[in-house]
Amino acid sequence: MSGLSWRRLWALCRKESYQIVRDPSSVLIAFILPVLLLFIFGFGVSLDASRMRIGIVNEDANAESQAFAEALYGSPYIDAVHGHSRREMIEWLRAGKVRGVVVLAPDFARRLAAGNATAPVSLLTDGAEPNTANFVAAYVQGAWLVWQNERARATGGAVATPIELTPRYWFNPSTVSRNYLVPGSIAVIMTIIGALLTSLVVAREWERGTMEALLSTPVTKAELLLSKILPYYLLGVVSMLICLAVTVWVLGVPFHGSLAVLLAVTSLFLGSALGLGLLISTLTRNQFNAAQAALNAAFLPATMLSGFAFEIASMPAPVRAVTYLIPARYFVSALQTLFQAGQIWPVLWRQMAFLLVSALFWLGLTALKTSRRLD
Amino acid sequence: MAYRLWTLIVKELQSLLRDRQGRLLLIMPVLVQVLVFPFSSTLEVKNSTLAVFNQDSGAASVEVLQRLASTEAFPHVLMVHGDDELRAAIDEQRALLAIRFPEDFSRKLARGQSAPLQALIDGRRSNSAQIAFSYAQAVVNGYVADQLAARGVAPPSTLAVQNLYNPNLVYRWFVLPSLVAIITTIGALIVTALSLAREREEGTFEQLLVSPLTPGLIMVGKAVPAMIVATIQGSIIAAVAVWAYGVPFTGSLLLFYGAILCYGLSLVGFGLLISSVCATQQQAFLGVFSFTVPAVVLSGYLAPVENMPAVLRYLSFIDPLRHFIVIVKGLFLKQFDIGLVWPHLWPLLLIAVLTLTAAYTVFRRKVA
Amino acid sequence: MAAEMDDMIVAEGLEKRFAGLAEPAVSALSTVLRAGRITGLVGPDGAGKTTLMRMFAGLLAPTAGSLRVAGFDPVRSARDLHQVVGYMPQKFGLYEDLTVLENLVLYADLRDVTGAARTASFEQLLAFTDLARFTGRPAGKLSGGMKQKLGLACALLGQPKVLLLDEPSVGVDPISRRELWRMVNTLADDGMAVVWSTSYLDEAELCHEVRLMNGGRMAYDGTPAELARRMAGRSVQLRAIEGNRRQVLTRALRDSQVIDGVIQGRNVRLVLREAGQWPDLASLMAGAEAQLVEVTPRLEDAFIDLLGGGPGGESVLAQVMPSIRLPDGVSADAIIEARGLTRTFGDFTATDHVTFQVARGEIFGLLGPNGAGKSTTFKMMCGLLTPSAGDARVMGIDLKRSASQARQQLGYMAQKFSLYGKLSVAANLRFFSGVYGLRGEVQRAKIDEMVRVFALGPYLDTVPNDLPLGFKQRLALACALMHEPAILFLDEPTSGVDPVTRREFWTHINGLVEKGVTVMVTTHFMDEAEYCDRIALVYRGQMIAAGSPDELKARAASAELPDPTMEDAFIKLVAESDAAREGAL
Repeated sequence: MSGLSWRRLWALCRKESYQIVRDPSSVLIAFILPVLLLFIFGFGVSLDASRMRIGIVNEDANAESQAFAEALYGSPYIDAVHGHSRREMIEWLRAGKVRGVVVLAPDFARRLAAGNATAPVSLLTDGAEPNTANFVAAYVQGAWLVWQNERARATGGAVATPIELTPRYWFNPSTVSRNYLVPGSIAVIMTIIGALLTSLVVAREWERGTMEALLSTPVTKAELLLSKILPYYLLGVVSMLICLAVTVWVLGVPFHGSLAVLLAVTSLFLGSALGLGLLISTLTRNQFNAAQAALNAAFLPATMLSGFAFEIASMPAPVRAVTYLIPARYFVSALQTLFQAGQIWPVLWRQMAFLLVSALFWLGLTALKTSRRLD
Repeated sequence: MAYRLWTLIVKELQSLLRDRQGRLLLIMPVLVQVLVFPFSSTLEVKNSTLAVFNQDSGAASVEVLQRLASTEAFPHVLMVHGDDELRAAIDEQRALLAIRFPEDFSRKLARGQSAPLQALIDGRRSNSAQIAFSYAQAVVNGYVADQLAARGVAPPSTLAVQNLYNPNLVYRWFVLPSLVAIITTIGALIVTALSLAREREEGTFEQLLVSPLTPGLIMVGKAVPAMIVATIQGSIIAAVAVWAYGVPFTGSLLLFYGAILCYGLSLVGFGLLISSVCATQQQAFLGVFSFTVPAVVLSGYLAPVENMPAVLRYLSFIDPLRHFIVIVKGLFLKQFDIGLVWPHLWPLLLIAVLTLTAAYTVFRRKVA
Repeated sequence: MAAEMDDMIVAEGLEKRFAGLAEPAVSALSTVLRAGRITGLVGPDGAGKTTLMRMFAGLLAPTAGSLRVAGFDPVRSARDLHQVVGYMPQKFGLYEDLTVLENLVLYADLRDVTGAARTASFEQLLAFTDLARFTGRPAGKLSGGMKQKLGLACALLGQPKVLLLDEPSVGVDPISRRELWRMVNTLADDGMAVVWSTSYLDEAELCHEVRLMNGGRMAYDGTPAELARRMAGRSVQLRAIEGNRRQVLTRALRDSQVIDGVIQGRNVRLVLREAGQWPDLASLMAGAEAQLVEVTPRLEDAFIDLLGGGPGGESVLAQVMPSIRLPDGVSADAIIEARGLTRTFGDFTATDHVTFQVARGEIFGLLGPNGAGKSTTFKMMCGLLTPSAGDARVMGIDLKRSASQARQQLGYMAQKFSLYGKLSVAANLRFFSGVYGLRGEVQRAKIDEMVRVFALGPYLDTVPNDLPLGFKQRLALACALMHEPAILFLDEPTSGVDPVTRREFWTHINGLVEKGVTVMVTTHFMDEAEYCDRIALVYRGQMIAAGSPDELKARAASAELPDPTMEDAFIKLVAESDAAREGAL
């Protein structure tokens, strides 16, 4: 890596930029796809089950059971449907028309009145949707507790729940899943731009025969590499700013960090993503294979193993070990912290250190594999 | 013409399987995803850390703490000494959930008073944190119920939760049927969209066009292999789901294959549409990518369709994946019969008819 | 010492092996290339020309031997070398989405050509290449000839001492080739060492020196004239042939004295094993008037001689193909017919009222510069494009109506031998026969026959991508012929193919024509045009001339050029059309 002429570097960077701007597919990937994905992730993926449709089968029509049913009807989280029979409601559950069924047995009021007997309420959930089932259970349980406490107060009995566990959300107090999913999805988008787009650029030069012409000029290896990195780095940063704008102004996700830190983290991440993309491109010399490889080596891990949607801690140990190798993992964590918490340095330092190591690794490997000759 | 069509299909399958790269492309994603997804794609909370600031020295707090620590969710407990430390543990993501036991916790309980407990939650990962919180709540409620029972007090009412179709809410039972749908999507789309683009790039497309084959036949020739690929990939994942992961299959196999074929048709429609507007494999690849990501997001796999805003909900109607995922999950877990499958099957057929017609029209216009 | 100063490229015992290949791509090659000379690097496909060029350019490291280019070791002093070497790779090395000027600026910056020097060289190069009007046009939108000139201009920036051009004239029409040639000549006159690799021998003949390569080794090192001189007395032309000249050629090639032969319009040109040993005129059965005349040997004759003679004149293929019998009611005079054929793209008319008829057993050639509309016309004739107006008929069937029925009658061979590159040879044969409705025993027999005829046996499990070019061409022809079509469409069938392979191909085509197959061919390769019975010259969408090759040549004959070549005729007729057009405006 000896010798660097600013004129040559600038000429190559300019050429690369023209190509980016004039190639509709790179514009598509760098500007349109990110916004599209942000919208889809921002609006399409909501894990906050707002109102669940739940069927209520009251087999014991009287004041007591009606009071309980009212408690369910009153819950802001429950969209209660009156069901005629248990069988009908289970069919509905099976067909996915309701997410849960609450059944009050015929002897509900009698047992409740008896004092020493327990009046059972049964809740049937749709286990085919485990996450939704958890939410349904939690919501019905909440309504049930409210009803029980009110009843206790009215009848002067003991408080049913002596320990009251109240949640306090430290960040993201309204617990909107969008607030953490969208920053995480930015990491996925940056992976697409960094790795998928660059995986094509060196391969394209080989395929079109321009690499041969370039190599026959006095251009050096350092110039060649930098001319591939700098424009795409800039593109990544611009794309990041677009993502930031859309996230904050359109999707209404709060941003508590500082722009400077965000750019620093982004730069470090782009180092790894660009490095990986260029490495793939350099090794395959074929656009089609490169895109495939980038998809499998960058995009899939960034979505599945970065912790952007799925909790890394819940994965089995071998899979967890693999996640440490994935730069998106550190980027996701840093982004989630920056957007919702701000500069929490102990977290950010750690992630930035890992990102730096990873960037040096991928870029170094690319430099090692870049040859000034054809053989 | 039947024999010519057969020739075309055989050729298509040969080009898929002949070179190593093509075979890898069909098999690797299936293997990797079927091995990694069920483990990585989970919304369960396990193996997390609970931070505890215990100002109480009574027995009750110790008991509750022990019960919390023995769950699968919180095998690690981080004891801290002070509110600052507690907050720092959350801030620095060392713990997902933090609980503070106030000084008078045990005393109040002993007196039969209501004792408040506060849980600090890391909202940066609100879904996991909410789930973690509900685990903690269940533990606390269990403790209370046991205490009451020990004192001989029967609760006036109990809430018995029964999870149908998947009693233990095993997340994998949800993931694997969905994977049958997702993986076949990628396979079938890539096969249709890319094979046509490749013929264009290599110039063999013109050879096909000067042959007596009609555009319709050429399209069928592209459709059949894609459907074969979809069916085989789907069968492999279904088999792995049943035999390796123990997911029950409660529906009929006949319906399963019938649905896969309809689904394959709708994918072929999209694949041909994509390739009819693409000149190169590169563009076709990006097209498939740009179709697949939104299709997966809107399918209800990552988040329920009913949580989406109305516009996206309507949009998701043209997403074949959305309908097929419901069918596969139903066939695996919910004993779907034709009556339950049909409401999701006809949209697939409709999508197939529309996309195939559109693709045929574009195709004819380009050829003629 | 002056002579040594002129030695720009000195190679000694040069060898290049690639991992995984048993044979070296270049071996034991020693030569000296001088400044001020154009050296043609000639050889059949796979001879190692490109590998050698890349070693000269410092892009490949030799595995053995020594090499100095402009005084530098291309590997150790690559940076110094790149300051003085201009290299144009096969695809010209242009960025298609950059404009002409942007491409020039890029390469100027890369070669440190700045300030006044840059202004001067841009001005000079743009004038030189006549690209000044197109500086704002993206390189991808240029015609083949203009791309080639731009590629040359980019390679010339920084005034290199050595200019390496790798197959610069593939896919370029004769007019552009002549212009390029003129430019390169000027450069050589100024003292540049030019290396021009090509598989066209007529091009190599114009070079100051040739280096003939075969199988990675140097087969000849000297001037083209010297090489041709060895052939003195061995090149003859058979003139005033009565009857079928194709059959005469076949008979001539049977003669043990004849090592090579081609058709030249009405005449047949032969190369003899030994000077003076003429074949027996009577046995050729060329008619009473026929006479043999000694002609000036060409480089191509020597080339074929060095490679051990051309292929025989018998087409085994034609022997196994049945005679084409026309269905009732189809006129033998109009097997292929275009009537007022017109195709517009937006407000651009690619083909403008073209009308012609091709009779049974005729070879009809469409000739024209790049972008003149011959390709559009060709595509309409084989049903790949629908005409905007007019009719395209094959065997009386309108392609618009019953296309499928008409297509069963055609065989089609596309420009780059469009085969399934990743399917085995056997699978390709099975596929193409099956698509045309051959099945069972008939299909198997036909495939076996083709494998035997084209000697494809050893390659059945090989994929076409790995086949030598000659075999690829054989396979493509086999695939186009298995359904025994009455009509054969050939789109630039021998572009980039070496003379031996080209001869073999035309032997087969000649044989097929004898069986009554009608052939339509597009080409801008003049030797190929000579094989045609009739030629239509297409320019700016219109048919500006039609007739036999000799008629066209006669039309171009003048006092200073009494015996024009096909290429001369082509250039003259196009120029006349331009002049007429300007006169009309």
